[in-house]
Amino acid sequence: MKRFAISRKTLGIPYLLWLIVFVAAPLLVIVFYAFTNGQGLFSLRNLSGFFTDPNTLGTLGYSIVIAVISTLVCLLIAYPTAYFLAHSKIKSKAVIIFIFVVPMWINFSLRISALKEVLTLIEGNLAMYPFLNAIIGMTYDFLPFMILPIYNTLINLDQSYVEAARDLGANSAMAFFKVTLPLSLPGIISGVSMVFLPAMTNYVVLDMLYNSTYIMGSLIGSYFSAYNWHGGSMISLILLAIIFVFTLATGKQGDTNDQMKGGAIL
Amino acid sequence: MIKKIGRPIFLGLVLAFMYVPVLMLIVYSFTDATHIGAIRGFSLHNYVTLFTTRDLVDMIVGTILLAIGSSVLATVLGTLGAIGAFYSGRKRRAFTESLNQIPVINADVVTGFSICILLVVVLGIAKDSYVPLVVGHVTLGAPFVYLSVIPRLKQMDPSLYEAALDLGATPRTALRKIIIPQILPGIISGFMLSVTLSLDDYFIATYTKPATFDTISTYVVNATKGAQTHIKTALWALTTVIFLLVVLIVIVMNVSAGRKEERSNEKVL
Repeated sequence: MKRFAISRKTLGIPYLLWLIVFVAAPLLVIVFYAFTNGQGLFSLRNLSGFFTDPNTLGTLGYSIVIAVISTLVCLLIAYPTAYFLAHSKIKSKAVIIFIFVVPMWINFSLRISALKEVLTLIEGNLAMYPFLNAIIGMTYDFLPFMILPIYNTLINLDQSYVEAARDLGANSAMAFFKVTLPLSLPGIISGVSMVFLPAMTNYVVLDMLYNSTYIMGSLIGSYFSAYNWHGGSMISLILLAIIFVFTLATGKQGDTNDQMKGGAIL
Repeated sequence: MIKKIGRPIFLGLVLAFMYVPVLMLIVYSFTDATHIGAIRGFSLHNYVTLFTTRDLVDMIVGTILLAIGSSVLATVLGTLGAIGAFYSGRKRRAFTESLNQIPVINADVVTGFSICILLVVVLGIAKDSYVPLVVGHVTLGAPFVYLSVIPRLKQMDPSLYEAALDLGATPRTALRKIIIPQILPGIISGFMLSVTLSLDDYFIATYTKPATFDTISTYVVNATKGAQTHIKTALWALTTVIFLLVVLIVIVMNVSAGRKEERSNEKVL
């Protein structure tokens, strides 16, 4: 019996090795590069440089502002959308997915190009509204990723809780804020985690919409073009730290299951 | 009353936001306009350009080959990884699981950059060998294959495998005839997910691809930085083609899923 168990276990070894070599090792290399200089000697210059240079600090601040506002805008649009869909007569999940998920499968660069054409038509000169365009671009790109997880939690939410609240005398607003909203929190968290980090790093959306201000991702891009591996590694490490804190803060609830469902439907 | 009118209006506005830009491009792709807003006559020249320009055809074919190739590899690795981890001790499973989670939550910029540093800068593997690019895309897709196979393994009845062994099947036969068929839906959805991630990726490709190779994303992003107009409008045609393909795939999938449902309902009756 034991022999068979071993044979199934060994199947996992190639993937485990893959993860060690191509996931763990690159991160260790990043840490090494972040704390060394061009001569390969230990150095804190990359770290202190980042936190003393007003430009890079400004970039960090700008990324956070862009990410927070894009996430809020996505949430404010996505929650009512998901709520109305979950309570609509269209019970066929297929229709809803069809309508709201199809955009996800069109290459994002082509979708942003489309948005750019329309914004140019409306605004004339895109460069006049860089901040607004960045928010519109991020929202346009990531909105489906916010709608889907919230919709999934709302559709699976047991309506009898809401009915119980109503029976016990809550009006519909109270029932929503005291029952529905807290119960849909896991969906909100997973939506937020799917929008916030990409919005801090997806600099291509800004580039394509003529917003030349840097966000954290752009810094990696520019260090990369300048062959400055040490600087780029430090930015990556700072991003990893932000991701780590973010993951700790949101806990295990906002896991990847909803993203999985999004793909599994295809 | 407000509820009755307000809801459809709100949903309509959200849909308009998501669809109008793409639909406008689709309409304009059939004209000889050079920018949206210009009123011009019907023309198919964008489609002719799209399918006859060497660069464009190359990058479309390249993107598809990369997506399928790296996803096949990711599916094999991720599926075997999931089976192996599922039947391993708690420690090894937890270790695999947490490493698997890293590329999933990490920003693609960091994943791409770190793979480039290790393979290209430290180990000196040339980007022209396509090795860094394929490694990057396999690393992007495999964790999602793993995550879609694991739930299927959990649902499986473990006694089936043991029964097969008791009846004289070798472990390999039992794997092929019992485990794989049971987790197949998870394997397929993992593969599809891996393909879509690869098709949509920009950042990992940018940091790991050979200079002469382009995926749709890298090509389009470079093209928006001052490409010739006929290339720009040919990309509108590409948007149309992709949109129609996605719609077609979704319809086919849903029709076949609906049929299956109908059939199982009939059985119940």
